[in-house]
Order: sequence, then C-alpha cells, then structure tokens
Amino acid sequence: MAVCVYRTSRVLVQGITGKEGSYHAKACKEYGTKVVAGVTPGRGGQEVEGIPVFNTVEEAVRETHPNVSLIFVPPPFAADAILEAVGSGIKTVVCITEGIPIHDMVKVKSVIEKEGVTLVGPNCPGIISPGATKIGIMPGHIFKRGSVGVMSRSGTLLYEVSDQITRAGLGQSTCLGIGGDPIVGTDYIYWLKLFEEDPETEAMMMIGEIGGNAEEKAAEFIKSGAITKPVFAFIAGRTAPPGRRMGHAGAIIMGKSGTAASKYEALREAGVHVIENPGIIGETIAQVLKEKKL
Amino acid sequence: MKLHEYQAKEVLSGYGIPVPEGRVTYFPDDAWMVAMELGLPVVLKAQVLTGGRGKAGGVKLARTPDEVKEVAKDLFGKKLVTKQTGPEGVIIRKLLVEKAADIGRELYFSITIDRTTSKPTVVASKRGGMSIEEVAEKYPEDIIKIPIDPVTGLLPYQIRRLKYDLELVDQEKEAAKVFNALYKVFVEKDCTLVELNPLVVTKSGHLLAVDAKMDVDDDALFRRKEISKMRDLTESDPSELEAKIAGLNFVRLSGNIGCMVNGAGLAMTTMDVIKLAGGEPANFLDVGGAATPETIAKGFEIITRDPSVKAMFINIFGGIVRCDKVANGIIQALKKVEVNMPVVVRLTGNNKEEGMETLKKSGMRFYVAENLKEAAKMVSELSRETEADINKSKQQKKDKEEK
Repeated sequence: MAVCVYRTSRVLVQGITGKEGSYHAKACKEYGTKVVAGVTPGRGGQEVEGIPVFNTVEEAVRETHPNVSLIFVPPPFAADAILEAVGSGIKTVVCITEGIPIHDMVKVKSVIEKEGVTLVGPNCPGIISPGATKIGIMPGHIFKRGSVGVMSRSGTLLYEVSDQITRAGLGQSTCLGIGGDPIVGTDYIYWLKLFEEDPETEAMMMIGEIGGNAEEKAAEFIKSGAITKPVFAFIAGRTAPPGRRMGHAGAIIMGKSGTAASKYEALREAGVHVIENPGIIGETIAQVLKEKKL
Repeated sequence: MKLHEYQAKEVLSGYGIPVPEGRVTYFPDDAWMVAMELGLPVVLKAQVLTGGRGKAGGVKLARTPDEVKEVAKDLFGKKLVTKQTGPEGVIIRKLLVEKAADIGRELYFSITIDRTTSKPTVVASKRGGMSIEEVAEKYPEDIIKIPIDPVTGLLPYQIRRLKYDLELVDQEKEAAKVFNALYKVFVEKDCTLVELNPLVVTKSGHLLAVDAKMDVDDDALFRRKEISKMRDLTESDPSELEAKIAGLNFVRLSGNIGCMVNGAGLAMTTMDVIKLAGGEPANFLDVGGAATPETIAKGFEIITRDPSVKAMFINIFGGIVRCDKVANGIIQALKKVEVNMPVVVRLTGNNKEEGMETLKKSGMRFYVAENLKEAAKMVSELSRETEADINKSKQQKKDKEEK
C-alpha cells in the first residue's frame, strides 16, 4: 500500500485550463494517475488532454466521482477553490498554489478541521505514491517504489532527497510536500502516524526547515513512543540569518525560536537519526537500514 | 510588509483608535514647527522599519524649543544601529513629532496569527513598555493569550476577560471599543501583526496608543492597494529590490560564494552544504521553478556585482524545468554578463545528460560536479584559492611599489 493516495485514487484538477493546470494534468495522466475531471468556471463542456471540464466542482463530482482534488487556481481564488472542493464532499485536497493570503488560510484551516479533510499544501509540490499515482508537479522519474516515506516542507528538497534515496538503491512508499506556508493543512505528526501504520513503509524521512515549531512538535510526538519505525531528519537553513524570510513565507527565524539548531536538538533527543549534511542523506539512510537488518 | 509607526497610526486612527496628536516630518525646521504647533513637551521618534528604536536612541523627549532643535538636528541623518539592523544600521530620514503623553500605566496589546493553532491570537499584558520577549522571560504569568475563532471573531466574554486581567474596569467602554477596532483592522487590512506597545492609560484615565506596529501580509497586498501605496523603498537593499522585481528571491549574506539555485528549500540547503564544506555563502538566491535565460542572467548580474564574491555555485534540480534548458540559459546569460570567477555547476534531474553536454560543447569553462557534497567541496576550495590568488597579487604589487 502507500499512504493517502493510491492507484485507485480518482483525481479532479481545479484550474485545469490554465498553463500550469493543463501541463501537469497531462503529466499526471501520463504517469498513470486517474485524472477523471477538470474544473474551470466558464469552461464547462470543453476538454483538456481528453479530460472533461466542468464549471463547478459539484457537477464534476456528480458526473465523475473524484475523491481527490488537485488545485492550480491562482492565489486570490485558491482558498475559495479549496472550500469548493470541501463543500462538494471531497476529503483529500492537494493545493499547489503559492502565495495564498494568510487570513484566507485561517478560514480554510478552521473549515477543514471541522470537516475532517486532508489538505496537502498549500505551496507544495503535491503527493506521489511511486509507481501508482502522482498528484502534483514533481518529476516522476526520480522516484522508485520502495519502503521510505518522505515528507518535506520544501519542493526541490523533496526531489533532491528522494533522488538520493533512489540512487542509494532504496525507494519510497509515498512522498509529499507538507507546504512552505505558515499555515498548511497537515503537520508531520499526521503523516508520521500514517507511515507508522502502513505495512509497506519501513522508515520515514522528515525534511524540515527553519521557522515555526512543526519539527519540535513532531519530535515530542516521536518521543512519546508513538513511532516505532526509524525516523530520519534533515533541517534546511542552519546558516540562515534571523528575521529574514528565506523564500518560503514560513521560513523565518523569530528571536530564538525556529532555528535549525533547536530543531536538531529536539529531534536528536527524540531518538531521530539526524543527518546534518544534506549531501549524504540517501547513503546514510541506506547504511542505517542495512545495519538494522543485520 | 512593515509599516512605519506614523503610517500604522494613520490607519488605526481611521478606525477610531486614539493615538497621540502628531505629524511626520522630513527636516529639522519642519520638526520644530510641528513641535511649536503641538505644544511642548514633544517626543521625536525616528521612523525606521526596525524594532528596538528606543534602546538605540531613536526616540527622544524634548521639553524646550531649543531641545527640539537640538534633538531634531541630531536625529536627522543619523545612523541608527539597533539589535535588528546589524552593524550597518539604518539612516533616519523621517521623524514623527508627537505631543508627549501623560502616562499613567503602560499595557501591551497585540494581535497576531499563531502558527501552532492557525488562529488569530490576542497577546496582552499589564506590563507594557518593554518588549514582550522580555515580559515572557521575566513575568510569564502576566501574559494573556486568547485565540480567536475566525468565524465568530473577538467575542464579548473575551473582551471581559481582558478588561479584568488588564485592570481596565474604569475604562470598560473605551477598552472594548479599542480592542474591537484593532481586531477589525487586523482582519480588514490583512495584518500578520498589529501591536500597541505601550497602550497607555493616561493620568486622566483614557486609553492612548502611544506606539503602534503593523505588518501586512505581502501575499494580500493585491487587495490592499491603500496599504501597498505606503511602501517605503528607501530602506531596502537595492539588489534585493531588483531581484524582487525580476521575480527572484534574493537575500544578501556576508560570505564570498555566490549561489544560484532553483527552489527555496534547495537554496537554503545549498548555503548549508557550502558552510559544512568550509566555505561561506554570499547570498540566498532562488531563481524559481522556471529558471529562464532572463532570470539566470539577472541572477548573474546581481551576484557578480558584489565585489566580495570569489566563486559561484549553480545548483539546479531539474524538476519542472529541464536541465538542458537551464544549461542553455546559463550559456546565453554568460554572453550578456561577464563572469570573471570560477563557476561550479551541478545539474541533476530532468534531461541532466543533455544539459551537461550543452555546457561542455559551449567551450566555456565550468567546473562540473556530480552531487551536492562534491560540488560544495569544489566551490569552497575554489573560493579560497581565488581569494588567496588575489591576496598574493595584491601583496606582489605592494612589494613592487615598496621597492
């Protein structure tokens, strides 16, 4: 199995007629993902890459029964798009859009918590279960079906690390971007739990970065004994200056909190295999797993 | 986007929040005239986009006309170094001149978005006038935190609690008005922070926002044109500004290795891996997912302008963007921008082989690295060698001159 998204997942693409939306709908389809419908208001009745387009999510759901929505809608309208998917009964939403106003996300977060919806992102590359389904913008060929579950706040780092894992002779069960914004749909804990329960996953890789305290909270959770599988972690931004936003809206050190050092310390204390050198992540995981098996 | 104090007060005042009478000034004479109009004593406050102004000497009281002249002359054009600015400091170009408040008690009141709960949250304390970090350290029991449900907004019972905890029973109506108005500003102006520190209870028993800070979400400026217009570019780093306009994310650092990377996380990691290899990154630069010849050329231009840069590291993970396209972009950019330093390139991901082939065929000299670890080691060594070469030739020149 994998977690959250599977070969059977039926995907709706919101914003499918845009440049990004159409390009990636096609790329997902080519990877083997079941893209069943697209939505762009005012473009109902058209087709994109053989995928039927509807005016509303409600109509797309009624006609094609998707259970995952992938969103490429521009930032001013993206929060509304997420809520439209939720309002139409979709329980898994993947939002790629970067730059959604934080006050919009405050509202979205309050709704998805009440409705029990899994929101991957926003400001993320999406989610992939290698060999089964790709729901996002990641380059599919660097992933290989295998046993490591990977979660990351950054897109390109997710690629870098997954690529290293593949090159080290391992593979991934599911890889996903949590999102680079201050408010995102899920935290590490949510995925750690899923990976712990997933029989295919043997180890987990957390890719964190400076800012916020999601990594510290995950460390606390792991320390409580809830996770028995080996967890590896890397934190980007140990050399970042405080008070400056490093690309991602969420990547900013405030005072003493949110530094790479404090995150590393918390993770180490929780028994996580901390990898401070980003050049050797793949080989380190392979080595540790090999030793464990002996 | 950070607002100046005078701008924040303008906005707050529009929502009925009481602020001291005053005006922003641009010249010493101007400051003096405003002070005379307001009546003494007055407070002269440096308008710079950084915290810690008071401690750094940017806020001064003046009791006599001569004092006003003296203080204004002293502050205008002065370099203010606060713990947030770093040693380079920031030049004072504007002074807010305000009637000095008749301070009875100082409170702290702010609204921000708590990342842990994803909710707007009131943070308040009856100990105002010092930084909230200091209060948190010394008197953690005196900090009140109230999360607000975005659906219901700030509720009457929450305001009642604040009234009792902040000892504002005598100012009950006024306090409710100020708190409600502040929450309204917070939502309607898409703030990530509004902070009144201090919020003063005057000797005559009225509330007055003596200092105000307001940060607005950059991502919401498209719908807050009135705030967007207030942007003050005089304190921005020109290169960072230029990068922003070109759609690049650039942050200047103090080292000598220029970095060009696609993706924020990978850009941060590139800095880290350089440091681990013993090098010092000169910047954070995320050229974004697209990495076109234009953005790459702009990146080269901005990086090479910094005289301390001695070597460059281009680190591209071809995810959406293909490596051969990026390689073409690099070659085209190098035709436009002269780069007199070693350049280490690491391309991986989509069409990596074609990309490497393109670079080799170009006849230009690149140091090509297979992986992150190797690339970082290479560029760190090259930066040291170049630095040493430059020092050596400088020394030789000096020796010659001495002879």
